[in-house]
Amino acid sequence: MMSDTTPSIGRWFAELARRQYFWGIVAIVVLLLINVLKDPTYLSISVSPTTGNLVGNLIDILRAAAPIMLIAVGMCLVVATGGIDLSVGSVMVVSGAVSMEFLHSASGSVGDAFLAFGLAVLISAVLGTVNGVLVAVVGLQPFISTLFIMLAGRGLAKVITGGQNTAATNDSFRWLANGYVFGIPVVFILALLVVIAVGVLVRRSALGLMIEAIGMDPKAARLAGVNRRGLLFTVYIFSAVLAGIAGVFGTASVMTVDVSRTGYQLELDAILAVVIGGTSLAGGKFNITGAVVGALLIATLDKTVVFLGVSSSATPAFKAIVIVVLCLLQSERVRQVFRQRRASRPHTPQKEVIPA
Amino acid sequence: MTPAPAPVVEMTGITVAFPGVLALDDVDLRLFPGEVHAIMGENGAGKSTLVKALTGAYQLERGEIRIDGVVRRLTTPVESAAAGIAPVYQDSHLVPNLSVAENVMLGNETRRRFGINWTATRRRAADMLGQLGLDDLDPRVRLSVLPPAIQQLVAIARAMVGAPRVLVLDEPTSSLEPDEVDRLFAVVRRLRDRGVAIVFISHFLEQVYAISDRMTVLRNGRREGEYLTKRLDRADLISKMIGKDIAGLQALGSQRQSHLHEPLGGEVYRAASLARRGQMEPIDLTLHRGEIVGLAGLRGSGRTELAYLMSGAERADSGALWIDGRRSTIATPRAGLRHRVAMSSENRRVEGVIEDLSVRDNIVLALQALRGWARPITREERDDLVDSYIEGLGIRPAAPDTPVRYLSGGAQQKVLLARWLATRPRVLILDEPTRGVDIAAKLDIQRRVAQLARDGVAVVFISSELEEVVRLSDRIVVLKDREKIGEITNGPGVTVDTIVELIAADHEPSE
Repeated sequence: MMSDTTPSIGRWFAELARRQYFWGIVAIVVLLLINVLKDPTYLSISVSPTTGNLVGNLIDILRAAAPIMLIAVGMCLVVATGGIDLSVGSVMVVSGAVSMEFLHSASGSVGDAFLAFGLAVLISAVLGTVNGVLVAVVGLQPFISTLFIMLAGRGLAKVITGGQNTAATNDSFRWLANGYVFGIPVVFILALLVVIAVGVLVRRSALGLMIEAIGMDPKAARLAGVNRRGLLFTVYIFSAVLAGIAGVFGTASVMTVDVSRTGYQLELDAILAVVIGGTSLAGGKFNITGAVVGALLIATLDKTVVFLGVSSSATPAFKAIVIVVLCLLQSERVRQVFRQRRASRPHTPQKEVIPA
Repeated sequence: MTPAPAPVVEMTGITVAFPGVLALDDVDLRLFPGEVHAIMGENGAGKSTLVKALTGAYQLERGEIRIDGVVRRLTTPVESAAAGIAPVYQDSHLVPNLSVAENVMLGNETRRRFGINWTATRRRAADMLGQLGLDDLDPRVRLSVLPPAIQQLVAIARAMVGAPRVLVLDEPTSSLEPDEVDRLFAVVRRLRDRGVAIVFISHFLEQVYAISDRMTVLRNGRREGEYLTKRLDRADLISKMIGKDIAGLQALGSQRQSHLHEPLGGEVYRAASLARRGQMEPIDLTLHRGEIVGLAGLRGSGRTELAYLMSGAERADSGALWIDGRRSTIATPRAGLRHRVAMSSENRRVEGVIEDLSVRDNIVLALQALRGWARPITREERDDLVDSYIEGLGIRPAAPDTPVRYLSGGAQQKVLLARWLATRPRVLILDEPTRGVDIAAKLDIQRRVAQLARDGVAVVFISSELEEVVRLSDRIVVLKDREKIGEITNGPGVTVDTIVELIAADHEPSE
């Protein structure tokens, strides 16, 4: 035995390194380092003299990560059941449209802000229920069912706003996206709280086990009496409600819903975040922490692309390259190749604890 | 028999290690041309590992393989195939959507300058099938429409295309009917007479005795010995495989026989004209507390369908049901479990255990599902439950966190049994609980079933092994062609033949 602290930290790190999302963390660090190379003050966080809030690039990243975190966690649960939810981006825009349209004609009171939020969550839950009906009752494939809401949702948002990009004013509502508590953006705190609540709910109750069971082996789960239909409803509604909250965050920051841009293609970001986090698209075991790491990585990547001044036409390619490299690093096959190369190299003395 | 010439394959000192376990420890195997060589042992004894060492799927820790006296390194399946070794695995790797000819010749098609010469390919396939005595098989027919037995023969034909010296058959008969087994054996004998060395692995003792010339017995990764089949009687073989005597089997039988004279408990389950169109003709069945009712019949006779109907895995479309004297309906497995009717499916891997979940999660799954996800089983309750079943059923290894995938077939079956027992069933339907399970575990499971009945559970016991049904059951319901053709009260005069005669005598329904 060596001293008490070093091995436990080492073990903690070794444990972390074995997690699938370890490479996601590494990628975040690498991206930040690249930014630091360009601008040594990139990581600095200062306290704004006028408002007392924290300002800096890291804070911006957290703010941007909030909506992605929410939809990634919802997506994570859906994916674990062996499904997929392509509709989250469209649910975001519907939720944003409903809240903006409501606030547009309402007064600027706090109560109205609450009502707008509640309305947005409600309509999202309805859309989630439609997904649930199509998947669990009708028995359509999740890809097709949610593709339907993905396409219809954006149309619905346009109908709600009459094709306009509706804007509204309500300071309480705006505070959700732009406000600060203890100097930290409210969106991030809220997103984190929601994510933690979902995580605790899923792992403390038997929901996680049931979801994994139907994702791994639907037939066996059915014979064991698992209520597949009810669970599918639950996860699709969960996913939609989380997307609805993300939609509120997305629109409240500018107090305008952009019917063609809000939530556009965010379902893809969510799926990527889930995959980076180590949840297999085949369903089964899932990892909520991993999905959060994935969401943070995507937000970092988005900000980095802007910061480095990558031209907007090259942005998707840049993003794609980073993600492909990451997925390669995570794949068992590539890891094995590395391991074998390392093993076949002539033995060099290493800094290891040598038993006395 | 002619004195055996030099062996084609000689494996000596074979040692294969997996992380943490020595799967094979210093094992020898000799294969002679023109002989069927059975590898015998319980599940986990190392039979498949030994075969996989030969077919290049596993790396050797130690030991050498000689082919025709020359040391060869077989590190990949391709090298092994080049050395003349052809495996046919349990789940034969065929393509259901291709024709018989395409399956037989897959990867060995006759080519011409542009693409494949289908006429020649098909002719060679037909030729191959002819050599195996399968002339009646149309090479153009799609594989998926053929019964599993014929598919198995196609797999053998495919393996024989490369004219191998050694053919490996790993559990080729596990899903075949008796007459299909005969056909398979005819093919095997034909190949043997042509000088092919055949490795035969099977759980069915009678089949091993029918087909093999020589056997190697393994136990716990070590070689017990090599014997000529005709010199080793069954009792000796079994005791070499399990390392103890088989008196337990006989004891169990007499135990059940004495149980028969006890009066029956109260009625717990009664089905009247239960049926589902196209699956099961109307059937009446009554179960009493503490009795074991065997369902006997050939595969496809409706045993599994009846189990499904009784437990709600399939919805009955007519008939009535009384549970504990009360009129009930069971339309889903969930409803079945609520009425405390549990069914363990014959398809252990697809409809039974969830392989990626741990032993613990697999055991609590049904109970937890019954309670609903919002009312989780507390950690202490769960651990108590899991520990008590691991202990009580003898699940080995006793590692609740291990994914079930890594357990042997017998242990998986016990995990499944634990799952249903945790729901405290009044009626437990066990469909093939001992299939693919080694002798020791089989005996153990039978013992547990007998104990359950003594504890007052009504057990429905389904097995393809009629001996097992006769040994365990108090009553035997005989099924044929999706119909109940008779019911036998078990007793000293009842044997396997009684059932077979009943099935055979039922030629024409007198309608």
